[in-house]
Amino acid sequence: MESKFYEEDKLLIFRITDEIDDFSVQKIRRRADYDIERYMPRKVIFDFNSVTFMDSAGIGLVIGRYKFAKMLGSTVELANLTSNIKKIFEMSGILRLIPITNLEVS
Amino acid sequence: MKSEIENEMKLEFISKSANEAFARITVAAFASQLDPTIEELADIKTAVSEAVTNCIVHGYDKKQGIVKIFARLKENEILIEISDKGKGIENIDIAKEPLYTTKPNLERSGMGFTIMESFMDEVDVESVVGLGTKVTMRKVIKNKLENEESDDEFEMITKE
Repeated sequence: MESKFYEEDKLLIFRITDEIDDFSVQKIRRRADYDIERYMPRKVIFDFNSVTFMDSAGIGLVIGRYKFAKMLGSTVELANLTSNIKKIFEMSGILRLIPITNLEVS
Repeated sequence: MKSEIENEMKLEFISKSANEAFARITVAAFASQLDPTIEELADIKTAVSEAVTNCIVHGYDKKQGIVKIFARLKENEILIEISDKGKGIENIDIAKEPLYTTKPNLERSGMGFTIMESFMDEVDVESVVGLGTKVTMRKVIKNKLENEESDDEFEMITKE
């Protein structure tokens, strides 16, 4: 996973490059929480453009970061979801809390 | 011309979460003989990943055990059985409910069975407490049928 912080907008973007499952999610979670605490962004965006696989572990990952970011006064948005990933998020109902945003594919 | 596909495979591995990717990729590679769409293949991978994760996280719960997968291709359908000899599920109906999880503190969503059921055509769970759990899933691969239908349509148009 790569992260980039835009100081001016207080925007933190995570570009997830791993497959997201029960095994990989622990590493992603640790890294994301570390960066959120370090940069204290106003907004966090998870970019799924390079995610080739995700199962329900991704739901827990996003809800967990949403709660953590909210505690620190920040919001979370999701970008570049494939149809399969979008289907999984829709099923969980979290898209009612966490919006999908447009982000250009870098 | 429709070619008859009939094939079977078995896979066994230790209950380590590092094997989740291995399991779903292997089943997907096997399923690809049915010529599924990318979407259908993604559905199968996700369902397998959920079932295997359940065996590792809930069935064996950190203890080491063996996860078994049996898969059969017949005509345009794939059957997948994923089983463990772990602790079993006390109440399958409750376990299947969306958002139900026995481990909420570990950021588990409780969506595993819901995802399996919506991504596969049929999901059946058998479980005996203390003996283990077996999940049986079926999915019809439509891609082939649709392609054949469109071929027929094309033939009709060209005949006219």
